[in-house]
Amino acid sequence: MLRYSLKRLLSLGISLVVASLVIFAVIEVAPGDPARFMLGINAQPDTVAALRAELGLDVPKVQRYLAWVGGMLSGDFGISYTYRVPVGQMIADRMWVSLPLALMALTLSTVIALPVGLYAANRRGGRGDMAVMGLTQLGIAVPNFWFAMILVVIFAINLRWFSAGGFPGWDAGLLVGLKALTLPAVALALPQAAILSRVMRSALIDILSEDFMRTARAKGLTRQQALWRHGLRNALIPVLTIMGLQFSFLLAGAIIIEQVFFLPGLGRLVFQSISQRDLIVVESVVMLLVFAVIVVNFAVDLAYVAVDPRLRTQL
Amino acid sequence: MSDDSALDVMGLSLSLGRLEILDAVSLSLRAGEIVAITGESGSGKSMTALAIMGLLPAGMRPSGQIQLDGRDMLSLSEREMCRLRGNDIGMIFQEPMTALNPLKTIGDQVLETILIHTESSKAAARLRAAEVLMRVGLPPEKYSLSRYPHQLSGGQRQRVVIAMAIVLRPKFLIADEPTTALDVTTQAQILALLKDLVRQEGMGMLIITHDLAVVGNLADHILIMRRGKVLERGPTKQLFAAMSHPYTRMLFEASSHQVSLPPPPPEAAPLLQVCDVTRAYQLPRKGIFSVAQSFRAVDNVSFTLRAGERLGLVGESGCGKSTLTRAILGLEPVQAGTITLNGAPVWAGARPNRVVRRNIQVVFQDPYGSFNPRHKVARLITEPYHLLDAPLSEQDREAAVSEALVAVGLSPDDGGKYPHEFSGGQRQRLAIARALILRPELIVFDEAVSALDVSVRAQILDLIVDLSTRFALSYLFISHDLSVVRSITDRVMVMQAGAIVEHGPTDQVLVQPRHPYTQSLLAAAPRLPPLPKRVAQ
Repeated sequence: MLRYSLKRLLSLGISLVVASLVIFAVIEVAPGDPARFMLGINAQPDTVAALRAELGLDVPKVQRYLAWVGGMLSGDFGISYTYRVPVGQMIADRMWVSLPLALMALTLSTVIALPVGLYAANRRGGRGDMAVMGLTQLGIAVPNFWFAMILVVIFAINLRWFSAGGFPGWDAGLLVGLKALTLPAVALALPQAAILSRVMRSALIDILSEDFMRTARAKGLTRQQALWRHGLRNALIPVLTIMGLQFSFLLAGAIIIEQVFFLPGLGRLVFQSISQRDLIVVESVVMLLVFAVIVVNFAVDLAYVAVDPRLRTQL
Repeated sequence: MSDDSALDVMGLSLSLGRLEILDAVSLSLRAGEIVAITGESGSGKSMTALAIMGLLPAGMRPSGQIQLDGRDMLSLSEREMCRLRGNDIGMIFQEPMTALNPLKTIGDQVLETILIHTESSKAAARLRAAEVLMRVGLPPEKYSLSRYPHQLSGGQRQRVVIAMAIVLRPKFLIADEPTTALDVTTQAQILALLKDLVRQEGMGMLIITHDLAVVGNLADHILIMRRGKVLERGPTKQLFAAMSHPYTRMLFEASSHQVSLPPPPPEAAPLLQVCDVTRAYQLPRKGIFSVAQSFRAVDNVSFTLRAGERLGLVGESGCGKSTLTRAILGLEPVQAGTITLNGAPVWAGARPNRVVRRNIQVVFQDPYGSFNPRHKVARLITEPYHLLDAPLSEQDREAAVSEALVAVGLSPDDGGKYPHEFSGGQRQRLAIARALILRPELIVFDEAVSALDVSVRAQILDLIVDLSTRFALSYLFISHDLSVVRSITDRVMVMQAGAIVEHGPTDQVLVQPRHPYTQSLLAAAPRLPPLPKRVAQ
């Protein structure tokens, strides 16, 4: 187990190095002068030169890359050109919105999907199953911002249970913060739950036809007991894969939802930085997201091993 | 456990839509007795077992009566059936590799049967589980209860499944093809264990198998089934002596089918030469800095197959016969040694030699898995044409397809059909047509008749022999089934742990084996009693 973790950690490190190289290459080494690009076409040459010096663009590329990576490792992400504040601070502020939002959405989608998938698999071909399949089809087809708008209309405008948008900050209290994130989390979670329940359903259906499920019944377990004791954990392996992918998506892919609900999250930060040509921020946020995706994958890899003993001896 | 327990099936019928699966099946089983149901696939033998267990696929409702000690099981509620399964009737299955939950330890899985049915404490249940695992030949000091199924061999897993089934000392045990997926020596051990359990614990066992030879040595009573009906039944000795039903006799004859093998051409030139071949696989490293170990799947193997010869290769699973086959077919490079056909190497430099590949074709075991279901037969059997240097004209192609299909006993029209429109035996004919279409000199049969019913197997064996004379073919026949190899080969090689331990003329090796391993293989193989002289009509 330790050796496996170390191996995975090593590959995690390599992925991060490669990712940082690619991001650096795309943003800094790609044709065009970042300083000129950031200032727009009408910029004065001396302004561009000043920015070049400020950005450190006048030093060799290798040195610049090392300075960037070294800075990130010591927590220094540079200064945002637009806002003139440390990028690290900006990201940290936004992270306090995006991370809880992603976690809430993932929890919600899992809490919805697993029982729904279980229910549908159990009644395969029956009315309940057909209803689930229809609803999940709808959930996948309808974009999440549309859900978001419907939720706003129902729960914010008509029922007035939640506010229509904005985030008061965690200083206003945990419950207030959670309440502000509830509608966005639901809007994010519904399509993910639809996907996850389908994965859960088909994984369980595959498991139900396995020989060991018949063995379990032959021992005297009821269908339900066999499903709970022998089916669920086996079905978890494909479900974990999808959950890992979903978490990465939820962290970075909430841009539209954050726009709809006026949430100061990471997605919105990237969106704004790109439109303001604040490449330092873009670079750092993208790197951070890559880091998050790779770490989540690492966690999923470890979870596989925890679930499946066959992987423990193989590796 | 009372000695007068009885399981009686009376007029059990089962249908799915208009399809009749079981038609008035009756049987009775007493404590301490072994009853066997035998028949070919589709005979309803497994369905009978599942009906008794109440584990039929959803939507199937049997009629008739299944009585356990006078209680009709078909009228029991699901809850009552759950109490009975594993407690009064245990069941073991064909596929030990998949019959156990891969994520739970063997101890937990045996334990579970106890905990579902009794109030016993976990500690007491664990003790009993260890005792039963010991009883089935897995002493806990060697095979800890905390092992997972993937850490055990097929035979050991089947022992775990048996332990799960007998841990509560059920009155009856149902074994559905319990040894079909196992090697002969393992099969012999598992059959001996089952027989022992029945005799010592006074259980009644219903064993379901397609293998008449297994039945003959084991069962007290036999039922022969075909298409959902019991055709013949009786005490084993009497049934084998009488064989009053023609189908029984046909099964029996097909099981010990002898083909008329023409003598091989004397002193023919060597065709396939395998010289000091070694194929090793790297094992995963034990630590990050340790040197990777390798495992020699094929270890310094040499042999020669002469033109027109039919050579057999036998051995148990994991002995390296599949690896050797892949090397001969040029599917994998070897680490050492050479393989040549007519003097030309199978590997030309870093890639397989097309000329040699054209001259060696192969027929695999699984007639269902070895065809792409989305292609038509004409395309499937002309697949080897990619080995030609210049493509054939459309006309020549069609002529070749027709000729190949006719040669294997199918019709030229079959070229336009999809594989699912054919039965297992017909598909194996298609596989042979595919192997034949390039007119190779050598065909490799890799367990090519192992998945077939005995009657179909006899026909395919006849076809294989017939083709060898018509097209002057040489065969390499790989099988775990000694009786098949005995009938269809001139010479045989016995492989164990990557090495050929004995080789020689088939009659000699399989009648007077010299190597202890060959002797143990032969001793373990179940044999049919001699066929009665009288012609049953």
